[in-house]
Amino acid sequence: MAESVGIALLYPGLLGTYGDGGNAVVLERRLAWRDIAAEIVVVEPGDPVPDTCQLYLLGGGEDGPQSQAARLLDEDGGVRRGVEGGGVLFAVCAGMQIAGTTFPGPRGGRGSGLGLLDIETLRTDEPRAVGELAVEPGQALDLERLTGFENHAGRTRLLPGARPLGHVSVGVGNGSPSVSSADGADGPATEGAITEVGAGIAVGTYLHGPALARNPDLADWLLAAALGDEARGPLDEPEVVALRAERLAAVAAGRTDGVARRTWRDRLLRRS
Amino acid sequence: MGTGSVIGGRASLVVEPRLLEHLAGGRRLAVVSATNGKTTMTRLLAEALRTMGPVASNAEGANMAAGLVAALGSAPDAPRGVLEIDERWLPPLLGDLNPEIVLLGNLSRDQLDRTQEVRKLADGWRAALDGASAAVVANADDPLVVWGAGSAASVCWVGAGSGWRADASACPACGERLRFEDPATSPGPGGAWACTGCDLARPTLDAWIDDGDVVWSDGTRIASGQALPGRANAENAALALVAARSMGADPARAAEAMGRVQEVAGRYRRTVVAGITTRLLLAKNPAGWAESLDMAIGAGRPVIAAINARIADGRDPSWLWDVPFERLRGRFVVAAGERALDLAVRLRYAEVDHATFPGTDLGACVRLAAEGCGRGADAGAVDAIGNYTAFQDWLDEVGRDG
Repeated sequence: MAESVGIALLYPGLLGTYGDGGNAVVLERRLAWRDIAAEIVVVEPGDPVPDTCQLYLLGGGEDGPQSQAARLLDEDGGVRRGVEGGGVLFAVCAGMQIAGTTFPGPRGGRGSGLGLLDIETLRTDEPRAVGELAVEPGQALDLERLTGFENHAGRTRLLPGARPLGHVSVGVGNGSPSVSSADGADGPATEGAITEVGAGIAVGTYLHGPALARNPDLADWLLAAALGDEARGPLDEPEVVALRAERLAAVAAGRTDGVARRTWRDRLLRRS
Repeated sequence: MGTGSVIGGRASLVVEPRLLEHLAGGRRLAVVSATNGKTTMTRLLAEALRTMGPVASNAEGANMAAGLVAALGSAPDAPRGVLEIDERWLPPLLGDLNPEIVLLGNLSRDQLDRTQEVRKLADGWRAALDGASAAVVANADDPLVVWGAGSAASVCWVGAGSGWRADASACPACGERLRFEDPATSPGPGGAWACTGCDLARPTLDAWIDDGDVVWSDGTRIASGQALPGRANAENAALALVAARSMGADPARAAEAMGRVQEVAGRYRRTVVAGITTRLLLAKNPAGWAESLDMAIGAGRPVIAAINARIADGRDPSWLWDVPFERLRGRFVVAAGERALDLAVRLRYAEVDHATFPGTDLGACVRLAAEGCGRGADAGAVDAIGNYTAFQDWLDEVGRDG
């Protein structure tokens, strides 16, 4: 019998404030329902990060724990070796920021990230982005529209080694195009980031918390990237279909908190 | 206390901003704060102090400045007061109230889309209590509370237990990992704990829970005899009893008075709906849900769980994934409320048999629960757990006064 698939949940005590552990449950259950044995490996500070897992998960967190997690993961090196060796990193919100090159540290400084995603995150004077987020995924991914909730202050710029996960249709995502596109292009803001790392891949998103619960085909895309296409396959999940329909209809009807928090500048730009 | 009195309190504060200070002056006050259980602790402590005379209290949970004004203003002659305060409002109101006792229960994640991160709340408590004259009664089993209360000049540390550690794996002082001892080998119900990186640790206990009794370090032992269910209410009762004794109440008489409390602002109410006895439980955040699931566990009966996501609930139900719904495996659950589908997806991944109902109509939920478990009206009794506005909907439906 093959060894079970390892899903490393990294530092949930530091990065796990928004139900982020749900992503591990979603991946593990989807594999189990396809008769693929998987194990969630919870890694807390002080534990070595195994470099033999197929999937690595980073969640959201507060400024202080975020910086601490970045320092500890960099010193440990396990997640870097694991991803370079063919693993898949899925990093959410604060986790995406520390997987990048630099991020806003506590007390106004700059934090040094893991450099797995070729992005940098900036502190801007824009208001905190809080609300429903809907994203048109990049065409090459062949995914359905992504839906979730965002809650972050930083804005993220893609550097040459990263492509976006998608483009924002409702919400803020990586931030206004002048920040979130490498070339400052017109058009919708980018959302998230993807960078190939050695034999593996790193994926980041501002769809926070249990993002994979609402986006099962993104979950399956990550599983296929880590394990091959046999890790995908149809599941009968009427609750998930119904929830996606409800949330996408809600954002289409304008029932989001994020829109109301845009600055007057954003509103003027939107009208022009 | 009705909404009208809160509006009256708000209007009075506009006219006289120092009203709260004036109303509080000359009374012996206890203020009560926590993420969960503050309404219950407030009620229990108020009943305990009523063994000594009239008590002013915001019993219905209106816990910001206007609610406190309304509570004190409606009982001008009460020499004592017990005031529930929202955990964010404790620092700015502490000076005006100048309480004799500050009672602190627990801190955990709650409505993160609109409130402060929990460590910052603990930092705020710590700054406010530094130099304050109040005697603090605090739960020594919650590291965030110990950090928040630790700056006070006088603290009575109570080993009251804790059902939630997910916000306390990292030390609030230095960020290193906290290590918890097995409760079985350590005095007090929660087990000792200590930071692996600095000297923050569970303080020496001044009182603790032992086999259902509250025990003080001077040897006093009182059977708490609570009517309210669950571990969390044993925590609430122990803290309230210790605070009552600190304010001069006879602990045996106080415990007896507290033991007569059977419901708190509708929580734990039993009501008959569609022929089935239904018990109403309120849970607003992951720690509260974990405690409520434990209260509901053991019977194999159906459970109704209702989730709304209005402003008062928090717009983002991501926290459902922090709740151990796996504990309901083997039971039938009705996922209800405006965000029933978010809960249904969570239950699917927890592999809990469920039906969904997209609202909070209690009669409809109870009928679905009875049908779903295949025993019709023989379902006997169900627990209905709702988050904040879902629970308020239920109280409107069954009548607020029971």
